[in-house]
Amino acid sequence: MKKLAKALSFTLAAATVLSTTAFADDTFKIGSIGPVTGPAAAYGSAVMNAAQIAVDEINEAGGVNGALLEFNPQDDTLDAEAAVNAYNKLKDWGMQMLLGTVTSACCIEVESYAVEDNMFLLTPSGSAVDCITAGDNAFRVCFSDPDQGAASARYIGENGLAEKVGVIYDSSDVYSSGIFATFRAEAENQPFEIVEDAVGAFTADSKTDFSVQLQKAKDAGVDLVYLPIYYNEASLIFTQAAAMDFSPLWFGVDGMDGILSVDGFDNSLAEGVMLLTPFSADAEDELTQNFVAKYQDLYGEVPNQFAADAYDGVYAIKAALEASGATADMSASEICDLLKVAMTEISLDGLTGTGMTWDASGEPTKAPKAVVIEDGVYKGM
Amino acid sequence: MSFLSYLINGISLGSVYAIIALGYTMVYGIAKMLNFAHGDVIMVGGYAAFTCIMSAGMPPLAAVLVAVVVCTVIGVLIETIAYRPLLEAASSLAVLITAIGVSYFLQNVVLLIFGSNPKSFQSVVTIPDLKLANGTLNISGVTIVTISSCIVIMLALTTFISRTKAGQAMLAVSEDKGAAQLMGINVNKTIALTFAIGSGLAAIAGVLLCSAYPSLSPYTGSMPGIKAFVAAVFGGIGSIPGAFLGGLLLGVIEIFGKAYVSSQLSDAIVFAVLIVVLLVKPTGLLGKKIQEKV
Repeated sequence: MKKLAKALSFTLAAATVLSTTAFADDTFKIGSIGPVTGPAAAYGSAVMNAAQIAVDEINEAGGVNGALLEFNPQDDTLDAEAAVNAYNKLKDWGMQMLLGTVTSACCIEVESYAVEDNMFLLTPSGSAVDCITAGDNAFRVCFSDPDQGAASARYIGENGLAEKVGVIYDSSDVYSSGIFATFRAEAENQPFEIVEDAVGAFTADSKTDFSVQLQKAKDAGVDLVYLPIYYNEASLIFTQAAAMDFSPLWFGVDGMDGILSVDGFDNSLAEGVMLLTPFSADAEDELTQNFVAKYQDLYGEVPNQFAADAYDGVYAIKAALEASGATADMSASEICDLLKVAMTEISLDGLTGTGMTWDASGEPTKAPKAVVIEDGVYKGM
Repeated sequence: MSFLSYLINGISLGSVYAIIALGYTMVYGIAKMLNFAHGDVIMVGGYAAFTCIMSAGMPPLAAVLVAVVVCTVIGVLIETIAYRPLLEAASSLAVLITAIGVSYFLQNVVLLIFGSNPKSFQSVVTIPDLKLANGTLNISGVTIVTISSCIVIMLALTTFISRTKAGQAMLAVSEDKGAAQLMGINVNKTIALTFAIGSGLAAIAGVLLCSAYPSLSPYTGSMPGIKAFVAAVFGGIGSIPGAFLGGLLLGVIEIFGKAYVSSQLSDAIVFAVLIVVLLVKPTGLLGKKIQEKV
């Protein structure tokens, strides 16, 4: 037994030496942090899976600036403290760029450390405004919450979808309440009215029963209910609304994406639901179809918008690395200085938009797409 | 009219809390330990039924039976492996912490097997909704079944405990373990039986919870589990009718709080009421003397 242990430790030591020599100076080290377990695990694992696909593709094609990419995903279980621990762990590993974090609250926390280290941070899906405001090192792939709220209000107003609008949102979630705040602000300029009685909030601890919020919306006679929430709660809302014969127009945001992939969910309940999303897995362009096929092949699921954001994120890093001419032996801070300039110069055709550009504040510019669910699939509007 | 529909919604929600609370109170009443993993056994029951219906195409009733068997086995295993070795050796605090550990263990095992994506549970209840007052009031079939199951389970448990030998043994164990052992009662076996019954009930509760609120994820059981625990304390922990009453009241207070005060403060209101009740009646609504505990 002792001998075996000794032999094992030798092999391990040898392997460590080998791997450090092999990877020491000729790979770019990209770390990523997100909830791979815990209540938001669906988002974290989508990001990690898709980023891995992108990294593998790039490496197969010969890497970036003569170096391969190395990807190290870490779990934060949706806990800000765990995210910071993961960040420190990644720094010890030698991370040069961070693709993350996946969720807003964790991202805000990690960014406060990343800005001190001058570490390049690109969050695929952290949509809260403050995710990238602490410094000029941070960028994002997805839309920010205000973008989505204002865009939905404009869309509803300009297309004359409704006169009276109700809202159900999660007041304990920065994503949901952030979108709602800008939706409310933009609604003042639009020809519809938000009925105060039909504005129902819920919190993370009471999100199974929506009968009261729905009853109030029904009593107020609204013709559209805006749902700036995630699809899990939305699936419950649709079921409970159907039980009380309440069928307004439903309008969701990108968090609604994924509703059709809920196992066992009766998709007819989501018929006619509209949502703003930058990515639809049914889009017919070659890039999307290849990605969706590859993702399904490897992970057995249809990728959601988080996966698409992560995939684009890795390619944005690649494009910026190429534009800046950074090399793998540079320190994280040197790379960050180059990338924050290069990011504003690149234009990326990705899954979540064509001709995406970034400005120095870190916000992306791309057009939101509205889709409607018909016969159980997304249709462009 | 909306008052009545809020009341009905409150009772539907409360009936789900009540059926979960029955299991909590049963185990606490006899083994004198809080099984914080109860909520997660419920979730396992939900997954067992879901798999039977969706993958094996079994009829709902058979799926419920399978879920009951799975949960009973899991309950007994948890008791034997995780709790029993601690019951004699360590303090009750150690058992409590272990229960929390078991809760996380179950969540993560299910996460590994079924993944994190939520599943939508098809209701196993086929009886139609009851429409009153020209369809403006709607009592769902699930609510009717849940309340009837609660009452049947409550009566069955009470009869079982007062009329059978095994039930009498449970009573004895709950009053004094040492003395019960001296009288020739196999304490370990009795506690295992309690867990078996409690977990079997959890399976039924799980199926009904998921039928009423058809979203199933590895964390489905945790919040309803905590609320049901509150309901059990509210009604007087250890008392079987108390769990039923506590559950119903909790549901009604929660829905009324949402409807008339604030939809964000409903939990705060629920817990404030709990504090007031415990200040006035420290043993809960129906928890009076030791003799009345099961």
